[in-house]
Amino acid sequence: MRDLQDDDARSGAGYNFAYLDEQTKRMIRRALLKAVAIPGYQVPFASREMPMPYGWGTGGVQVTAACLTPDDTLKVIDQGADDTTNAVSIRRFFARMAGVATTERTTEATVIQTRHRVPETPLRDGQILVYQVPIPEPLRFLEPRETETRRMHALEEYGLMHVKLYEDIARHGHIATSYAYPVKVEGRYVMDPSPIPKFDNPKLETAALQLFGAGREQRIYAIPPHTRVVSLDFEDHPFEATKADAACALCGATDSYLDEVVTDDTGGRMFVCSDTDYCATRREASETGDSA
Amino acid sequence: MRQDALSGGFADPPREAALVFRAALDAMSRPGRIVQVTGARGPAPLSPAAAALMLTCCDAETPLFLAPGHDGPALRRWVAFHLGCPLVPRGEAHFALGTWEALGPLDAFPVGTPDYPDRSATLIVERDGLSASGTRLTGPGIDGAAHLDLPDPAALAANAARFPLGVDLFLTAGDRLAALPRSTRLEVS
Amino acid sequence: MYVAVKGGERAIDNAHRWLAEERRGDAEVPELGVAQIREQMSLAVNRVMAEGSLYDPDLAALAIKQARGDLIEAIFLVRAYRTTLPRIGASEPVDTGAMACDRRISATFKDAPGGQVLGPTFDYTHRLLDFALAAEDVPPPEPAATAQASGTPMPRITATLGRDGLIQQEPASDETPTDMTRTPMEFPADRALRLQALARGDEGFVLGMAYSTQRGYGRNHPFVGELRIGTVAVEMELPELGFAVEIGEIVVTECETVNQFAGSRTEPAQFTRGYGLSFGQTERKAISMALVDRALRWQELGEEDTGAPAQDAEFVLAHADNIQATGFLEHIKLPHYVDFQSELELVRRLRREAEAAAGPARQEAAE
Repeated sequence: MRDLQDDDARSGAGYNFAYLDEQTKRMIRRALLKAVAIPGYQVPFASREMPMPYGWGTGGVQVTAACLTPDDTLKVIDQGADDTTNAVSIRRFFARMAGVATTERTTEATVIQTRHRVPETPLRDGQILVYQVPIPEPLRFLEPRETETRRMHALEEYGLMHVKLYEDIARHGHIATSYAYPVKVEGRYVMDPSPIPKFDNPKLETAALQLFGAGREQRIYAIPPHTRVVSLDFEDHPFEATKADAACALCGATDSYLDEVVTDDTGGRMFVCSDTDYCATRREASETGDSA
Repeated sequence: MRQDALSGGFADPPREAALVFRAALDAMSRPGRIVQVTGARGPAPLSPAAAALMLTCCDAETPLFLAPGHDGPALRRWVAFHLGCPLVPRGEAHFALGTWEALGPLDAFPVGTPDYPDRSATLIVERDGLSASGTRLTGPGIDGAAHLDLPDPAALAANAARFPLGVDLFLTAGDRLAALPRSTRLEVS
Repeated sequence: MYVAVKGGERAIDNAHRWLAEERRGDAEVPELGVAQIREQMSLAVNRVMAEGSLYDPDLAALAIKQARGDLIEAIFLVRAYRTTLPRIGASEPVDTGAMACDRRISATFKDAPGGQVLGPTFDYTHRLLDFALAAEDVPPPEPAATAQASGTPMPRITATLGRDGLIQQEPASDETPTDMTRTPMEFPADRALRLQALARGDEGFVLGMAYSTQRGYGRNHPFVGELRIGTVAVEMELPELGFAVEIGEIVVTECETVNQFAGSRTEPAQFTRGYGLSFGQTERKAISMALVDRALRWQELGEEDTGAPAQDAEFVLAHADNIQATGFLEHIKLPHYVDFQSELELVRRLRREAEAAAGPARQEAAE
């Protein structure tokens, strides 16, 4: 390995299929099976040090590496886009290390690794959505101690979370959580859906399998297909999936999550789809917005 | 006999194990679904599906219980050569292999703790056949309802009732397998 | 027409090319060799080996070269490489009592068998920039007299105390400790796990924690009972042979502190210990580690939890790793515009509603 030539490194020669050694993959695979069997519960796993920094998707990368087969077609998105630098970097990593086909099309992908978004196009049976998770513990910002939060999950003691959300309402008139909005999975575990905007929360109920990997925090969790996922709320303040009240300037979509783009220094701005594939597909089908 | 112990592994482990895992993951995330896994075989009565599953999931880090009927010199040698699992009694098993009858009552296996419900056994239950009929299943992974022919629905319903504790099952027959996680609710008639 | 920012791939390639150019620096200046780094920046190499948890001076030197001297980046390179290596087995515990010491000092006894050996230390240097070093053709210094040439045995200082029952004895154990690189961290963590985490923990973090105990946050009155640096043999039992054979040797730094005594009406007073061990000559790290180890033992030694950060194992262990910390800290450079957008929407909405509520009131006031 030490004599690995640069060409080899570029081609992935000298490394195992999908980078991780088989023993590591078995360990992750066992954790994944338990995660699926206990939806929403965070399974501890012996996360490995990856060749990219913690916080940059090491959990997602390990889950993807443990799941990929040579037949897969991989899509990687960050902020909904395929061409953001970290998405490019991770996609290249797997193209090199697993030799898998890659795509930017949501519909063509069998495995999608994502950071911060759920694709707009509904996912189907046979697809796996792998989330990169920074802080898997939904109770962490209320209680920093792992020993405490573990006990709270064991006892299904989620009062603290409701108190926090209700304090928001008292102060602001609304729940002041706009992303990483906590959900309850199949009536049991409160779960952090990773920092997706709450607009994406309803999409957590899907026909696809959803896997969550937190490398630095050494946790894996899952939502099987067709699992009940409820965003926490109150009768008098029901959950609302919000987005900018505008249409995409490129494709005219009014149902997709929008990025705000600052166009000049005098307050000019426009809104475009965060999901670049969704937007491009619509434009190819000749849907146009004001700016196209 | 020697021959048996050394053969039957994957020809191309990284790729074959990946395909078997994906099939197993598919089965576990869609209870009732029957999938095909190939590429492995072990000494009788081990089914090719169970052999493939064990090559994919088990190693020196996973204590294994071999139920009577499966436990024997030939399979022990195969396990020692291909997996390296320590063989343990029911109560210490991460994985257990055998027929439903031989495995015995589910209570004997680790079901996890309230703090760590994942520290529970996975049972590989060898069957004569698998059929998507019989017990009605609902819950995570299932769009509406699914059906699976299960050995003892009442015992499995009791396992599901302990959620989030409980054991998880793979059912294997020939080169096919299905799964029943603890999260699946069973309709026992 | 608006065109969204594209070209991530090209941007990355360009950045990598530019990075390579900056790494090399001015091409007129001769390139730095890995051997030069290994030999002449050995303390940097030692830190990279210690926190990278991989004893290989050549790889550490290469990592430092590749990382342009950024030691945390170098540690990261070594760690990422380390995880890809197959594990052939585990060595026997090293016997630091049999160390061939380059340096051995005790602050608790003026003299002891084996003596005080200063070794290659900065301790009594005057920190004056040596401009003579700026000239690059300085002849190599005269070889120094090596202290332990004759292999003088150096019994442990704490063993002297232990003989009289003056220091608490650590229970011996043949149990294989949990390997923190193969098992997820779990709290409460036992001492073996805590020591592992401290040994690969960031020198600055562990130093800061140790310093805080000296300033009163979990004070434990440490004396450096003994600090030794030197070479120890690494042995491994080969199943084929049935006994252990020496497979190599490594340089380590070991620090044992002698700390405030515990005791009660029924139990006679005894000093207590803190322990630090790290790869290479890394004494700041080893001493810091010993102080923090001692602070984390409050429960076992029947001390009070004063709420000091260094007493809090969950706090110390969760934040000691500089690779975890750096990654997570720096990840906030990655785009977060989706999350920021949802915050923006929320703040705008809250402001709109506040203004709408304030509007009529303001109007009333004006009338």
